[in-house]
Amino acid sequence: MANLAIVTSASIQHGAGGVLALAARAVTKRFPGVIANDQVNFDLARGEVHTLLGENGAGKSTLASVLCGLYRPEAGQVVRDGKEVRLNSPRDGLAHGIAMVHQHFRLVDRFTVAENVVLGHKSLSFVLATAEIEAKVAAITEEFGLPLDPRAVVGELSAGERQRVEIVKALYQGAEILLLDEPTALLAPPEVEKLFLTVRAMTHVGKSVVFVSHKLGEVVDISDRITVMRGGKVTGSVRRGEADVRRLAELMVGREINIVSRRAKSPVGEVLLSVSQVHLERDGAAMLTDINLEVRGGEIVGVAGVAGNGQRDLAEVIAGLCAPQQGNVTVCGTPTAGRGAGGARRAGLAYVPEDRLGTGLAPSMSIRDNLVLTRVRDFLVDRKSALLEAETFIKQLEIKTPGPLTPTRKLSGGNAQKVLLAREIFAVSGARVLVVCSPTRGLDVGAVETVHALLDEARDAGKAILLVSEDLDEVMTLADRVLVLYRGRITLEQTGLDTNVDRVGQAMAGITT
Amino acid sequence: MNSNIWLLTFADAISIATTLILASLGAIITERSGVINLGVEGMLLMGAVTGFIVADGTGNLWLALFAAVVVGVVLSAIHAALTVGLRANQIVSGLAMVIFGTGLSQFIGKPIEGDPLPVIIRPLELGWLSDLPFVGPVVFGHDVFTYLTWVAAGGASFYMHRTRPGLLLRATGDAPATVDAQGGSVAHIRWVHTMVGGALMTLAGAWYMFARAAAWNQAATTNGIGWIALALVVFASWRPLRAIGGAVLFGFSLQVPFTLQAQQISVLPPTIVAMFPYLITLAVLVLLSTPRARRLLGAPKMLGQPFVRDER
Ligand SMILES: Nc1ncnc2c1ncn2[C@@H]1O[C@H](COP(=O)(O)OP(=O)(O)O)[C@@H](O)[C@H]1O
Ligand SMILES: [Mg+2]
Repeated sequence: MANLAIVTSASIQHGAGGVLALAARAVTKRFPGVIANDQVNFDLARGEVHTLLGENGAGKSTLASVLCGLYRPEAGQVVRDGKEVRLNSPRDGLAHGIAMVHQHFRLVDRFTVAENVVLGHKSLSFVLATAEIEAKVAAITEEFGLPLDPRAVVGELSAGERQRVEIVKALYQGAEILLLDEPTALLAPPEVEKLFLTVRAMTHVGKSVVFVSHKLGEVVDISDRITVMRGGKVTGSVRRGEADVRRLAELMVGREINIVSRRAKSPVGEVLLSVSQVHLERDGAAMLTDINLEVRGGEIVGVAGVAGNGQRDLAEVIAGLCAPQQGNVTVCGTPTAGRGAGGARRAGLAYVPEDRLGTGLAPSMSIRDNLVLTRVRDFLVDRKSALLEAETFIKQLEIKTPGPLTPTRKLSGGNAQKVLLAREIFAVSGARVLVVCSPTRGLDVGAVETVHALLDEARDAGKAILLVSEDLDEVMTLADRVLVLYRGRITLEQTGLDTNVDRVGQAMAGITT
Repeated sequence: MNSNIWLLTFADAISIATTLILASLGAIITERSGVINLGVEGMLLMGAVTGFIVADGTGNLWLALFAAVVVGVVLSAIHAALTVGLRANQIVSGLAMVIFGTGLSQFIGKPIEGDPLPVIIRPLELGWLSDLPFVGPVVFGHDVFTYLTWVAAGGASFYMHRTRPGLLLRATGDAPATVDAQGGSVAHIRWVHTMVGGALMTLAGAWYMFARAAAWNQAATTNGIGWIALALVVFASWRPLRAIGGAVLFGFSLQVPFTLQAQQISVLPPTIVAMFPYLITLAVLVLLSTPRARRLLGAPKMLGQPFVRDER
């Protein structure tokens, strides 16, 4: 931490009086049905970290893609070192020293780190000078604090390490300007800190970084400047030191919001969901090992973890979508492991999968029909009352739609999620246990608020809720108890007010004390 | 003489391996780019018949081999046009190539059926090397193409693992989207390697014609060894050098039934023994159709998948 602070102050001097390295002038980029960037102005000084902050869909990735040459804007210019440049492809961008690290990595799993770094490099000799390449890669990893073995096979690396490979690749190609698109999305908190050190090391030698993020909390530390986008437009820009979290949140969302922590108000009831000694293997690899947990009526238990550590398997085991090799799942006193999704539902379980339109809802069916879809007992559907029910939900939850007969595929992500939650929380007769996976992924702040309020309401109604989410902030605000899944094991359990964000973060990275 | 006939069996195994290596090198190079060409058997037959006809007309072996290569490039260009250009199903296109190659070669081979070979490829004279006991006849008793094939396998291995275009080739089979994002042309890389691969397949057929077959005998000329070459690719886990060892093993198992028959050893009926290489081939090809086995065997990740740039 001390180290970070020292590097930080050095690079501020660079940033403050710096020369303009890159700028977007009135850039407009449309996609069918949306203006992703509307007359956007943005500039980046030499040695500066300039953060692009905004909700999902605000147009951040689009702007970064325009700046690196991936997209061509319909109007406006990209200016590099004071001169207008025409970038027709990422290659052109690279030729001007601009490189982007995308949200989704573009690496060859079976190649070594060094092979990935040089792939497609234009001045590569016909016969590869492997030793020389590896030495050069090692030098870069050394200089910028990106620990990597040039000979390691990329497929065996963690998400954080792969990201380093992408960064090393950009640096190897001589990038002076790095555009990092949501670089922290796949990282556990300690890895985020390491990334920040790298960013500082880059600005220290005069490189500039555009840091794209939708997480307000993390950007204040790293940025020399923060520019906020909403709905394709720039809504404001603040310098280091002027940044006030509440103000930034308003710029992002367009209205005032209250950041409140929700905790159980009612006393906690009996155990409704219990999972004991569950062991799950897929393709011979252990996905879940010795999982034990209990959820009582009236509480929310949060499962935190970096993506791909078994969260999805856990949810699927409880929902009855896959049978564990060992162990029991009990829903309201009925054992359900291995009884299928129907068995779990009959015992009183409701399930909100991560993939709302694929698994959660039937996309081409209407809102009304989706609401009655999972009733396990009724044979005949009472259409009239279903219609009334649908109309009530639409009004109560402010679902934006022409009417209850609209197919759910026409709804935006937030509205589709509201329909799904409404069904699983209220419409499923008798369900007392609720498993929810990443309920707010990809939703705008307004919808996030509604979803959180819904979950809160369900808890107060005495339901037992298991919240599986990769969004640590979400888990911390909602959950009464927090579990951390790491490599298919529960490595940490913390209760209510004892919850310590740092320890949870470390456990997510595999560090337990 | 008992030991003598086994010596011949080993020598024959290495000789037959030449076709297997060439054909599977062609398949490996094609498949490493992400394109699977199941038409190997059809390509072998077309190479054989083209070679025969051209040699018959000109009496020139080199012209005959060159013509076979041209036919291989043309046929595999059709496969590339369908699968890379039009993104047609590679399995269907490959099977069509088998049927087409078999049918066309029978048709144009009608007039030469049963004719004596116009030219023959003879073994090299390697002086004292050929006189060595055992290794002399087994290793040094072959024609120049056998040795060139070994060199070619080494060359292909070097190309794939040590050169810039080889790096791009392997990346194209594993992660075409990555190559595309880097500014490389997936289509170009797939076209080129499919055609080079096709050329090696027809060359394998032509060599077999002149070095191992007695006469053009319709589809029975190559006897299904194109399919074995495909299975060999899997055994070699898509690595050229490993194909050499596998080819010799398969060559041996193709030759053993004759030896057993000649020796009147009858543990099993020779016809049953003769089925083994084909049974193994069948098993391997079926295995290859499951994604999990493909992953475990080390197949190129995007083998058989047309590349479409993700617009989002
Ligand atoms: N390739 C594309 N095709 C169509 N629409 C797109 C494409 N990329 C982005 N969009 C749309 O443009 C808007 C801005 O997207 P994006 O720049 O990805 O936002 P952010 O990165 O801030 O989440 C969104 O409405 C998104 O749906
Ligand atoms: Mg984005």
